[in-house]
Amino acid sequence: MSAGGLWRLPARALAEAVRSGRCTPLEAVSSGWEGPAAAWERDVHAVAHADPEARAAGAAAVAGHPEGRPLAGVPVVVKDNLCTLDLPTTCCSRLLAGYHAPYDATVVSRLRAAGAVVVAKSNMDEFAMGSSTERSCYGPTRNPWDLERVPGGSSGGSAAAVAYGLAPLALGSDTGGSVRQPAAFCGVLGLKPTYGRMSRYGLVAFASSLDQVGLFARHVGDLAVAYAALAGPDPRDATSRPGPAPDVGGWDAGVEGLAFGWPANLWREGVDAEVVEGLEEAAARLERAGARRVPLEMPSGEAALAAYYLVATAEASSNLARFDGVRYGARAGDGDVRALQARTRSEGFGEEVQRRILLGTYALSKGYYDEYYLTAQRARTRVRREHEAAFARCDFLLGPVAPTPPFRLGEKLEDPLAMYLSDLFTLGANLAGIPGLSVPVGTTRAGLPRAAQLLGPDDAEPVLLRAARAVEVGGERARLGRTHETEAAWPSKR
Amino acid sequence: MALEAVIGLECHVQLRTRTKMFCGCRAAFGDEPNTAVCPVCLGLPGSLPRPNGAAVEAALRLGLALGCEVPAVSVFARKHYFYPDMPKNYQITQYDRPLCVGGALPAEVGGEERDFELARLHLEEDTGKSFHPERRGDRPVSRLDYNRAGVPLVEIVTKPVFRDPAECAAFLAALRRLVRWLGVSDGDMEKGQLRCDANVSLRPGGATALGVKTELKNLNTIHGVERGLRAEIGRQRALLEEGGEVEPATLLYDAGRGRLAVMRTKEEIHDYRYFPEPDLPALATGAAALERLRAALPELPWARAARLCAVHGLAAEDARVLCEQRELADYYEACAAGADPRTASHWVRTAVLAALRERGWTLEALAGRLAPARLAGLVARVAAGTLPGPLAKRAFAWMLEEPGGVDEVLARHGARVLDDLAALRALAREVLDEHAEVAAGVLAGRGRAVDFLLGQVVKRSGGQAAPGPARAALEAELARRAGRGGA
Amino acid sequence: MAIPPEEVRRVAALARLEIPEDRLGRLARELSAVLEYAAVLRRLDLAGCEPSAFAPGGAPPRADEPAGGLAREDALAMAPEAGEGFFLVPPFVEDLEP
Repeated sequence: MSAGGLWRLPARALAEAVRSGRCTPLEAVSSGWEGPAAAWERDVHAVAHADPEARAAGAAAVAGHPEGRPLAGVPVVVKDNLCTLDLPTTCCSRLLAGYHAPYDATVVSRLRAAGAVVVAKSNMDEFAMGSSTERSCYGPTRNPWDLERVPGGSSGGSAAAVAYGLAPLALGSDTGGSVRQPAAFCGVLGLKPTYGRMSRYGLVAFASSLDQVGLFARHVGDLAVAYAALAGPDPRDATSRPGPAPDVGGWDAGVEGLAFGWPANLWREGVDAEVVEGLEEAAARLERAGARRVPLEMPSGEAALAAYYLVATAEASSNLARFDGVRYGARAGDGDVRALQARTRSEGFGEEVQRRILLGTYALSKGYYDEYYLTAQRARTRVRREHEAAFARCDFLLGPVAPTPPFRLGEKLEDPLAMYLSDLFTLGANLAGIPGLSVPVGTTRAGLPRAAQLLGPDDAEPVLLRAARAVEVGGERARLGRTHETEAAWPSKR
Repeated sequence: MALEAVIGLECHVQLRTRTKMFCGCRAAFGDEPNTAVCPVCLGLPGSLPRPNGAAVEAALRLGLALGCEVPAVSVFARKHYFYPDMPKNYQITQYDRPLCVGGALPAEVGGEERDFELARLHLEEDTGKSFHPERRGDRPVSRLDYNRAGVPLVEIVTKPVFRDPAECAAFLAALRRLVRWLGVSDGDMEKGQLRCDANVSLRPGGATALGVKTELKNLNTIHGVERGLRAEIGRQRALLEEGGEVEPATLLYDAGRGRLAVMRTKEEIHDYRYFPEPDLPALATGAAALERLRAALPELPWARAARLCAVHGLAAEDARVLCEQRELADYYEACAAGADPRTASHWVRTAVLAALRERGWTLEALAGRLAPARLAGLVARVAAGTLPGPLAKRAFAWMLEEPGGVDEVLARHGARVLDDLAALRALAREVLDEHAEVAAGVLAGRGRAVDFLLGQVVKRSGGQAAPGPARAALEAELARRAGRGGA
Repeated sequence: MAIPPEEVRRVAALARLEIPEDRLGRLARELSAVLEYAAVLRRLDLAGCEPSAFAPGGAPPRADEPAGGLAREDALAMAPEAGEGFFLVPPFVEDLEP
């Protein structure tokens, strides 16, 4: 395998090549930059910050002793809201222009300990607020499958980077679907773990009780290796789930005997016909692999949407209060401190961020707290119970990620509500704290990626990975126990 | 119109833990600004809080000592407001589910033991400090130091049970004593380790509804609290007696000038947008752990004082003095184990405390020089009357500097005690001759004057006469004169 | 239920945001639209549903051991203005806020 083709390898195979000395970490890490990035990055704009020296230093750090490291030499793209010592962390906001975190997020430390090399910070919707990666202060990311369309958001840069081959793995964050939806739009796998399984220490908080670090990959086996390296309790995060993370080593064990819920009522209306075809295809693959379909009904996501937007914006308005130009970040104006804070925030935050801060502040406001925030938190309990009831009848749920294939840039920007509605199917998992995985199921007739979402109860990651494996497209049939070293079908540039 | 004042206090106690409330930075630090900070207490993006178990324990001990009820679960909450010394622009505190509720603090006011009821006690984090330009010509910047940001605080809110500023002063003194007694805080108001804000209103005597209240801040000493409250009560009274109305406001008391200044009027009620802290799970206090803490509490100061009165026969006021500080009470009891308690009490309250004041020592330092058991030896001699007062005082001073028991020390300095009866009787005769009228008075029934005569005997002996034998000698001589009919 | 623009102004002040006058109206409408969507919540049967407290319990409090500080240079490195070891801001008087 020539160094030029290293970027095509799954992360596991690449790590093995580095460990066995067949290639150097520097070659492994540079491959995606030389081939795919040269062809794609200028148009796709997945990357917010990159530094060849940081990359080389990261590779050198691994070169010394790659043995025993599950991700030795593997390049990883990290969303710009995760703190990294060697690259800026700006959340793609003017307010944090030039900010360098003085510490690595826990998940980033664990990546490095596993031998991976952080090669870029990816573009995102500012402060993770958005579903299209059109609201970055650095400009939008475009979908490699169709440059006129969005890659999804808010982790669109990470999804796109994995899709076009800059790296086989990427980290994102998922608060209402921000990993699963861009994964679906970009034709890659996207996993949001059970709440508390991925440390949030070093993830710039959007909505504390909903945020989770998520993973992008092109191969289920890679998701498993990355999850095993990163998941688990962190003494610095009091919301960590205690006890070891579930063992995902059996990701290729198949779905024989598993039951999946089929809530067809959810897509009777309002979901694109071709997306539904993708669901049927996924279901068929699962059944062929030995899983059993259990038709059931799930409540529509309407209540979840309302609860989500109140809880998420309330927590966000609080978490973003710290950004005031006093201790770090951009500072605007002087005169008096109050004006300095107000001007810094008003000039530094984009429109969508300000809108959500206002909504959240209002929801928490004296006089409105009971009606909005508290009611939303109660509705959230109900959403969780609805999911628990479903899981009493099945091992996991199969359903849509987004109601449509990737939409066009600019299409939903003018109507915030329309943008929020596209999260309808994903935010339930954040409200309930349960894991969710987006798995690609081929493309529409127009060649756009489509996907299915797998949802499971707490700590069901092993089951979700097994199910995703069964659905994995690209000539994959339900074959057990084998890794694949050939790439999935790549989009060709038009 | 008889108006009565109604006062409630809100106190903050800075806990003496090694690290801050939500991060591992040192809680006690030197003067260099921003040297005890980390991503958490600076509120850097991505940081998360982790509660300090020792702070929780200290707060619980304080709550238990105050007789509070401890709910099984309490919840941290965010309190939002923008202020440059608060890194996250919200404070992690507790709102509607605090660590402890109810309770009361006993305090002595004007000789009487009172119980002041509390509303609640909870944990929160302290803010950083800001320094503003003071003089003309100073750079026009305010400086921010976050060393103190995140230090654990316990907030104690009383019910509006105070009717007089003297009661507030007594409460604070008692609270200061208690936090030091338990070792949870040094309680030094001037260092900001114990802070007090007050809410005060007036109402017609006998009314039940509360009047409009104002808030008094910046009360930096117990004295300042009392004076500030008197000033504000005076101000409100004057206003109401003129037929005016009190407006809600926050006032600062400038103790130096004895003046109140309005900080801001409360036209806008603050909207802190409290909600439960999503980064922290609820704090569960197990019943077993709570019992363990309760059982391990030391005898509380008021209980100890009561015991000393009951068992050692001390006067209430004396017991209070000894129980002002736990180490002092310990010292006293160790001494009283080896000598008459009341005499020991006298010596600890006078000689020991005086030595601490004059020499600037800590009690620990003094105890290192003069262990209570050694002092007991001295006290026992005094109580037995075999050591005259002046000589005892000199012996005490020597024993602070030298080793050895009282006899050894006296011998080392060549100090003698005169207890030979014949010699004492000779001295007694001299004194009775010199003070014949007093002697006559004693014989006529004014028995108290014997003490004066005894003092004279001791004086005449150059301070060497042992009081017990000297008194016996004096009484024998008096009896002889009485028998002879006063010649 | 429409939010009046003055309410937006009040909320903006609470959030330390300056909203230009010409945006107030539009923001008021956008916020109202989302909140009307939240009216859906009012119609739900939430009997027996306590508000979610989502931090999974179990992590015991931290031991009182010093750990993990930042060197002052690192803390101040990102400061927009710093001097003599302090973070610097324009002068403000104590009574800015509570």
